[in-house]
Parts: sequence; C-alpha cells; structure tokens
Amino acid sequence: MNLPLHYIARNLWTRRLTTALTAGGMALVVFVFAAVLMLDAGLRRTLVGTGSEDNAILLRQGVQTEIQSGVSRDQAALIESQPTVARNAKAEPMVSKEIVVLIGAPKKGDNKPQNVVVRGLGEVGIALRPQVKLIEGRWFAPGASEIVVGKGVHAGFEGMDVGGSTRFAGRDWRIVGVFDGGASAFDSEAWGDVEQLGQAFRRIGYSSVIARLAERSDFARLKASVESDVRLKLDVKVEPLFYEEQSKALSQFLSILGIALSLIFSLGAVIGAAITMYAAVSNRIGEIGTLRALGFRRAAILWAFLLESVLLALLGGVAGLAAASFLQLFTVSTMNFTSFSQLSFGFHLTPGIATQAMVFAAVMGVVGGFLPSLRAARMEIVDALRAG
Amino acid sequence: MIAKLIVKNIFRARLRSLLTLIGLVIAVLAFGLLRTVVDAWYAGSDMASANRLITRNAISLTFTLPTYYRERVRAIDGVTQVSLSSWFGGIYQDPKNFFPQFAVTLPTHFNLYPEFLMPPEQMDAMLKDRTGCLIGRTLADNYGWKIGDKIPLQGTIYPGTWEFTVRGIFDGKDDGTVTRQMYFHWDYLNERVKQGFPRAADRVGVFVVGIREGDRAAELSAAIDAEFKNSLAETLTETEKAFQLSFVAQTETIVAAIRLVSFVVIIIILAVVANTMAMTVRERVAEYATLKALGFAPGFVVALIFGESLTLTLLGGALGMVLSFPVIATFKSFVGSIFPVFRLSEATLWWQFGAVVVVGLLAAVLPAIRSARIRIVDGLRHVA
Amino acid sequence: MSDTPRSDAAVAGDAALSPPPIVRIRNLSKHYVRGDQAVPVLTDITLDIPEGDFLALMGPSGSGKSTLLNLIAGIDKPSGGELTVGGLNIAQLSEAELADWRAANIGFIFQFYNLMPVLTAFENVELPLMLTDLSRSDRRERVELALSLVGLADRMKHYPNELSGGQQQRVAIARAIITDPTLIVADEPTGDLDKKSAADVLALLQQLNREMGKTIIMVTHDPGAVRAARHVTHLEKGELLGTEVVSGE
Repeated sequence: MNLPLHYIARNLWTRRLTTALTAGGMALVVFVFAAVLMLDAGLRRTLVGTGSEDNAILLRQGVQTEIQSGVSRDQAALIESQPTVARNAKAEPMVSKEIVVLIGAPKKGDNKPQNVVVRGLGEVGIALRPQVKLIEGRWFAPGASEIVVGKGVHAGFEGMDVGGSTRFAGRDWRIVGVFDGGASAFDSEAWGDVEQLGQAFRRIGYSSVIARLAERSDFARLKASVESDVRLKLDVKVEPLFYEEQSKALSQFLSILGIALSLIFSLGAVIGAAITMYAAVSNRIGEIGTLRALGFRRAAILWAFLLESVLLALLGGVAGLAAASFLQLFTVSTMNFTSFSQLSFGFHLTPGIATQAMVFAAVMGVVGGFLPSLRAARMEIVDALRAG
Repeated sequence: MIAKLIVKNIFRARLRSLLTLIGLVIAVLAFGLLRTVVDAWYAGSDMASANRLITRNAISLTFTLPTYYRERVRAIDGVTQVSLSSWFGGIYQDPKNFFPQFAVTLPTHFNLYPEFLMPPEQMDAMLKDRTGCLIGRTLADNYGWKIGDKIPLQGTIYPGTWEFTVRGIFDGKDDGTVTRQMYFHWDYLNERVKQGFPRAADRVGVFVVGIREGDRAAELSAAIDAEFKNSLAETLTETEKAFQLSFVAQTETIVAAIRLVSFVVIIIILAVVANTMAMTVRERVAEYATLKALGFAPGFVVALIFGESLTLTLLGGALGMVLSFPVIATFKSFVGSIFPVFRLSEATLWWQFGAVVVVGLLAAVLPAIRSARIRIVDGLRHVA
Repeated sequence: MSDTPRSDAAVAGDAALSPPPIVRIRNLSKHYVRGDQAVPVLTDITLDIPEGDFLALMGPSGSGKSTLLNLIAGIDKPSGGELTVGGLNIAQLSEAELADWRAANIGFIFQFYNLMPVLTAFENVELPLMLTDLSRSDRRERVELALSLVGLADRMKHYPNELSGGQQQRVAIARAIITDPTLIVADEPTGDLDKKSAADVLALLQQLNREMGKTIIMVTHDPGAVRAARHVTHLEKGELLGTEVVSGE
C-alpha cells in the first residue's frame, strides 16, 4: 500500500451523499449489533452483581427458580446447624430463610400488570447482600406490614413511592423505603419481613435458604453434607452459578436474535457498499489507468479501493457505535423467561463490544469492497486510460 | 415510451440493478420474517374467544384458587360451564424440549374450545383412562407421537415422575389454532397431590369460564370478582384475550424492539436504493439535460426517475414477497418449538408491499430534486 | 537547415558513431484480437531514438502512434519484435517489474492531464515519489523545486479544478519529471489547450529537452507542436514512413 491515505479519504468526501447513505446503512447494522451485545452484557452484569461467591443458595430438588421452590422449617433448621456455615458476632448462623412470591403490579405508562418479585427476609438476609444500599426512607420494621422497594420497581411501577401503599394478599403494605441494588437483579424486587409475608400468603415453610459460607472452599463440604442427608431433599448451588442459570434462556435468546438480525441486515449493508464501490471504480477508471502508468502496481490499486471501502464501513461503524453508546442512558425491563418476573437491566458498552462492532464493520467493508476492488485492479492500463 | 425508457435504463447498469434487487429481496424477506415473529408472539391471544373468561388469583398467576370456587362461579347467571386448568410444567427428557401441559376438566374443557377437533371415540377412550392425555397435532408431529404412546414427564411444580398415555390427537380448526400443547385429567393430578402434599390439594391455577353472550364479558367478570371480594383468595377475571395479552405484555419490550428493528431494515434498504438512484442520476446528468433540450418538460425527467425507482423496488418487493413463503416455511421447522403458530399473514404481505412503495418513492425524492435543478447548459457540458 | 529526409539506416548509421540509442526498436509489431480476428496496429517497426532527442510522432488517427508510445512507455506489451529502452529489454519484464521500471524511468504527460481531482497540485506531483523511499522532507524539497520549474510554486495548495487547463498540464509535467526519469512520453500534450497555453507547455518541454537534456517522445497531430521537437517521425497504417529533422533546428 503506497497510495496516500488522504487520496482515499478525499474520494469519500467528494461523493458525500453516496458516502453518507452507504455509511448510514452500515451504521444502522452496527447499531443493532452493538445494541444487542450491550443488552446481553448489561443482563450478565446485572446477574453477576446479584450473586456472591460467599453465598450458597438451597432450593427444593429439581426446581429452577425460587418461586417454584419450597423449603420446610425443619430443613431450614438443619442447614443452620451445618458447621460450614458462617456465624456472626453474636454467634448466630448467617443463614437467611426467605419467601419469594410474584405479585402483579401496574407498570408505569400503560398500567398493565406485570410480575414483581416480593422477597421476604430478615436482618441476616440484608446483611448477606452488602451491595444493597438504602437510598430513601428506612428498612421495614420486623412485624409490620411494610415493604422496601428496589430502585427499578420504584421507577418502573405505578404507586411505588415512599409513603404510599400497595395491596396484595389481603393486606395493605406501606412502602417505607427505596434501596439501590447496585445494578443487580434485586433492583427489580420488593423486600418485606419474612414472617409477615409468610402469614399473609399462608406459607408455613420458606421458598429458599441462603447461607454464608465460613470459607469459600467450604462449599464442596456443604454440598456433600446436604446431599448425603436424606431429610434434606435440596439442591445447593453457589449464588453466581444460580443467577447465571436464571439468565441463560434470556441471554441466549438475546444473542441469537441479535446475531441473526445483524447477519441478515449486514447483507443489505454489504450490498450497499458493493454498489457504491462499483460506482467509485467505474467513475475513476481513468485515474486507475494513470496510477498504473505512473508505476503503482495492481496490488496498490486493490488495496486503495479495499481501504476506501473499509474506511467507509468504519465511518458507519463509528456512527453506529456512537449512537449505540447513548443507549446506556436507558434501562430495559422485560420478563426473565426463567423466573417469570420482570427484570430491569441496562445497556452496557464494554471495550470488547466496541472492538467487535468495529471489526464487524470492517469485515462488512472488506466483503462489500472486495469484488469492486478486484475489478479495479484487473483493468488493463491501456484500456483504462482510453476509457477514462 | 416512458415505460420503455425506464426498463432500458434499469438494464443499463445491470450489475448495480441486480445488487440493488438482491438487497431489496433480502430486506423484504427480513421485514416479513420479523413481522411474522411479532405475529407469532401474539398468536395465543388471536385465537382467544370472546366467550371465554379466565379467573385467576388476584395476587399473581403463581397463586392458586380453591376448587370449591368452581360451583360458585357456575351459579352466576350467564355462565355456561367452568373448567379447571392447572399449569403442570413438566419436563420431557430435557428442559430444552419445552411444551405446555395443562391439567383440565374433561370433557368440559373441550366443550369450551370447539376449535379443537377430535373424533368422539378418542374422547371416550380418554374419559376411560385416568392417566390418559390428549395432544395437539403440532406436538404429535414434533415428537412423532401416536395414539397409545406413553409420554414420561418429570414434574417440577408437582414433583415426581409422571407417565401419560396418548388417547387422542386433536387438530386445529384453522392454522391460527395452537395445537402444540397437552391436556390430561385434573382429577388425576389432584389425587397424586393429595397423597404427597395434602396442603396443596384441591387448588387450581385458573378457571376457564364459558359465558353465553360475549358482549356481557365485562359485566360477568366484575360479577365473578365481586363474589370473592375480601375472601382469602380474591380473584381477577378477564377475557381470555386480555389474559393472553398480559403474558405478551410481560415481554413487550422485546416485541417492541423486534418491531422497531423491522423498520431499521427498511431504512437500511432505503439508504441502499436512494444511493443507487443518486448515482444513476449523477451519471445521467447529460442525458437528462439533452431530454430537456429536446423539449421534454422537467416533469418527464422526474417521472423517469420515480418510475425507475419504483419499478426497481416493486420488482424486488414482489420477488421478496414470493420468496417469503418458502423462507417462512423453512423457518417454521426450526422455531416450531418456540412459536406454535408461525405463518405469513395477509397483513404482513400488505406491509411488505407498502414498505417497498414507500422506499421506492422516498429514494427518488432527492435525486429527482437534483435532476430538476439541472440547467440544460450545465448538464450538456457535463458530457466532456 | 536541410530538409532532407534521412532513412532509418542513416539513423542507425549515426548511432554507430554516437552513444547507443536510448530506445532501440527492431521489427516491432502489435496486433489486437477482436473476436477471432487479429487486427494489426503496428507492423515491422524499426527505430532508434538517441538520448537527448525530442521526437514527435505524427500520423492520422488510427495510425498506431499512440500504441507505439504505449509500448515504449511499457504500459502495453508488443506482439513481436525487440524493444530495448535504456539497454533493457522491457518486453521480457514481468508486470510487477514493469511497474517498478516505469516508476523509475518514465514520465507521463497526457492529453487530459490525468491529475487526481482529489489531490492538490503539490500532492499530485508528489504521487510518483510515494513509490520511492525518499523521506517526507526530501519529497517536499523536490516537489517544490519541480513546481517552481513549471512556474506554479504559488499554486501548490490548489486542486486541479481550481487551475486552468494550461496550469494543469504544467502540474502534469512537474509530475512527469519529479522522479528524474530516463524518458518522458507525452500523448497529445497540447490537444486540450488553447493556443497560448499550448505554446507555454511546448516551451516548457523544449526547455526540459535543451537545458536538462531530457529525452522526450511526443505523439501529436498539431504541426505547431512538431516545431518544438528536434525530429519528427511519421506513421501511417501501422508503418513508419521515415524520420526527418525538424526545420529551424
């Protein structure tokens, strides 16, 4: 490649309308591509932030979600007595016995009821999630019909403000606080006192039990001990694995949809680039002949046009990525297929995604520009000079 | 004359026209496919009948209702019959092989759903077999199940291994009817629950309520909910359509995104076609100037440009629409397990047609304006 | 000066005494294939061009003069015969070798200037130097020198469409000499110019030939342009009619 870069860049500038239209098409493809990857990254980040390597979650054997699960009081007590479970300063076991139910609440905007996770827990449960911080009001008082809502619920649902109340399970629940789940799935939950929720929903047992491990390495021992106890028909998992499984179906759906769409759309954009580059070649036949006569080799011509096409595509890539980066201001709330509840998460742009998007754009440029560039390089000098 | 010029012009830049056509076909296909996906999302609610109401626990679907409510609902004037329906959520071999299973009251449930067509003798056989099941045609075809086959399911909500014998296979009245599900006796489910978890027995997911007149749906829904106001389990009754839509609403963001993205592909192709037209006009400045010099009105050149753009997009659109049928049929064989109903609707075809017309017109606007601005003298000079 | 036409043999005879010719052509032929027919363009051309000559090739259109120029410049391949430029048999070079050879040895001047419209005068002249490994500052120095030689030092930043035809052709001449080539080939260099600009361009070519000793081969059908040359060779229907010394020489 020995043709100066400004020769290539200025040719793009000379036919601005065509360049803008072609790069615009590419930008849209890159936008869709990046948006889906960012959504998937946002989903992963949310669920990764939800679980901690220090915590183990126990559910009834064979179930995938806390909603379906049931753990009896006897079973919960047996877990509290496990030696691998951490204890706090007061020597109490750091085990949270929780009730998890879904309620329908009206979503802001259209008032359509959507499922919200209501989690019943106690002080230990809150202590097990250090990423959760109260940002408004106070925590629910034990023994009171009070709930504290996550940031996502507060923002996304009707009437979830501090001081208000919401009715479910035959009671009015006062909303006394809002917490920030640190961009975790807890943002999409409402928390209340486990005993109060148990009474209201007439639940004797619990949904799930979360235990803090004394040491991370103790997990294998806890698992072995739980599995060998015939009274405990429970599955035990470290939290990050559990939450990853929760998002698998949705994440898979997003990536397949996104990649399929990007591929189909990229065909359109590649054809657009090919059309543009073919026109660029036929408009510059004379120039090609001149350059060859001056001593530029066929390879230099091939590179020049290929680079022009790639530059065009990168232009589109930058525009698409820039537009996509604004998506980070938005939060998406949709149903998690596995847990059947609403989960809100954001678009998350990582350097990896930016790189992938630009590589994708460059590949579109190469594919679209290849045949036209080949045509340019294969011209005979004399014919090209005569035609130009 | 003008038509001839248009066709000849399209064939002049053969490669470019061909590429543009391919782009159009792909875009029209993608657009049709995405709209079909959106349609498929709503398929369940489309088959909903106005004569059916669904009564569920007011808290959320994950809460059940006591079965004794059934008699009280049936006693309400205007209600014809009531079927129990519980979501079973069993796994066949692997969680990937997902299909819905419902425990329902038979034969009441099938009376409520006249769109399920099945020979009466199969229903008789079903009523005689406590552990029998009825499966839809799509489901039977997916797994190659025949009458008499045994289907083992691993319960998730209702633990244990369950085995059902296929006693009947029902067809849908038309291809909008979902037949990718399985029904079995609610009584059988309840019996086994009674043995294992007595506390969970005699509870049901929803009541499917048949009403005599569809236009009384709102009034009757209110009447049912009033019946259980302030009881331990308050109810929420809505039309079947509203009930199905509330499911779709949960994933509305995704549907909205797909819908949005289906228009993105149209914008992409608009850029491609507009680019083609812009290049065409730029190359033909001298010709257009000549035509004007010969005395043709400026409108003639504009008509030429619009004509060429529309001819191109309509040709691509027609090809894309024709190809949509086999492509969507192929797609159906891959996603059949996710979307029970996946078919190209007439509305989608109209949308495709509308999109190519709009693209054809919009793509010609800028180039046409440009051509109208060509002054004969400048245009002719362009020849050199 | 005498107007006597000299035969090819006489030219060859002169060459025996003086240094070897820079272009040596023996029995050169060229034909194109149209369908299954061979169309002859040049037949049996024998010609020597001594170093420092300014030769005009004249002939009606279709006489093959441009083809002969293209062959000498190495942008077309002969069908038969020998063609040596600067002692090198260029017909035997591979395409890539030929490209490098052109870059080092040939300066091109075209009828329609063939400047890159998106490059400035400076960048157009600099273009052939992109094929050398000269440093940026060396390139700059040479380009500035070449442009001041053609009288356009004040137009370096201008794009071709901001220059007159005569100015554009002078930029093209600067581009042709920038690599200090063995040979300058010019195809109808005044064909697109008005009288005044044509005279300027011819004066410039003459200056290059007389003062800097550049060998120039020019295809033209403009008798005014021929007057600038030292010799003129006439072609018709692909055959050489003979070379004469230009009067006033």
